[in-house]
Amino acid sequence: MIVGNRKDFSEILEKLGAARRVLLLGCNECVTVCGVGGEREVGVLASELRLYWTKEGETFEVREHTLERQCDYEYIDQIRGFADDYDVILSMACGAGVQYVAEAYKTKLVLPAVNTTFLGVTIEQGMWSERCQGCGACILDMTGGICPIARCAKSLLNGPCGGSSEGKCEIDKETDCAWQLIVDRLKESGQMERYEEILPVKDWRTGRDGGPRRRVREDLKL
Amino acid sequence: MRLSYPGNVKVVKVPCTGRVDVLLILRAFESGVDGVYLAGCLEGECHFLRGNLRARRRVEYVKGLLEEVGLGGNRVEMFNMSASQGQRFAQFAQEMTERIRLLGPSPVKKGE
Ligand code: SF4
Ligand code: SF4
Repeated sequence: MIVGNRKDFSEILEKLGAARRVLLLGCNECVTVCGVGGEREVGVLASELRLYWTKEGETFEVREHTLERQCDYEYIDQIRGFADDYDVILSMACGAGVQYVAEAYKTKLVLPAVNTTFLGVTIEQGMWSERCQGCGACILDMTGGICPIARCAKSLLNGPCGGSSEGKCEIDKETDCAWQLIVDRLKESGQMERYEEILPVKDWRTGRDGGPRRRVREDLKL
Repeated sequence: MRLSYPGNVKVVKVPCTGRVDVLLILRAFESGVDGVYLAGCLEGECHFLRGNLRARRRVEYVKGLLEEVGLGGNRVEMFNMSASQGQRFAQFAQEMTERIRLLGPSPVKKGE
């Protein structure tokens, strides 16, 4: 899933500026699962805004609304009937959702309430960890199912580096060395011969370096 | 045991402090209360095992939110006591009431 962090309340207030009629828009997908922008978090931020503005003696209106997804036009369209009643749409979706809402409501001020951080997994309830950087040419077959792009601090293709110590990465003692994990996993699964193969220099054009990416499936089109 | 505790304390019964969600506490503040405290069972004695431990973490989280919005994190607290410690119940009610008196009324009063 896509994981993010809620922006600080002070930053959100600053971005809102003088806007007092706020449509707070959540998303039912990834950001709900990682506890940052679903219905519940929309409720918490709305409550914070109400408490703050009531305390300041301001007149305001905060509407809470959570869409099934903010990355599909059909859902974004569902707020068409009342979006114009608000000064601003404050989106709690990932960056993709915020952008798609902004694209759909061209005249409206659309603001992000979340810092989108990574593609990852749930380690345990309340804890998430990065796993993939969408490089566009997956090499997990070569690395025992552990991604060195996302999980090695240096994205080394042929690791580990000299900073690997007792299974931990030199960047901090809490972070596993991805290459230690890879070697352990290759051993465990009887694939150590893969470690002997030198991975070639990666062509990053399939990733972000090739510019914005797009995917088309003609057969799926209507 | 006829103990008295300050009359300003309004008791809201829940099956376990683990039932108390962040939003529930925030809603109380939105309705204009001056402070909220949770009276949970002693740590390690939760009938549902970890309800009171979860409640404590949520209280800590709400403290942060109340700081952010400028109400002050001290307006919310978690206390632990056993069902037979009526004395402690009264003592915490007193303690919290005094703390809130010092902080003054909530700046979020309904209808003002
Ligand atoms: S190799 Fe690329 S696609 Fe595969 S997990 Fe890593 S970043 Fe993602
Ligand atoms: S210690 Fe391991 S994870 Fe850290 S940079 Fe070196 S190879 Fe990568």
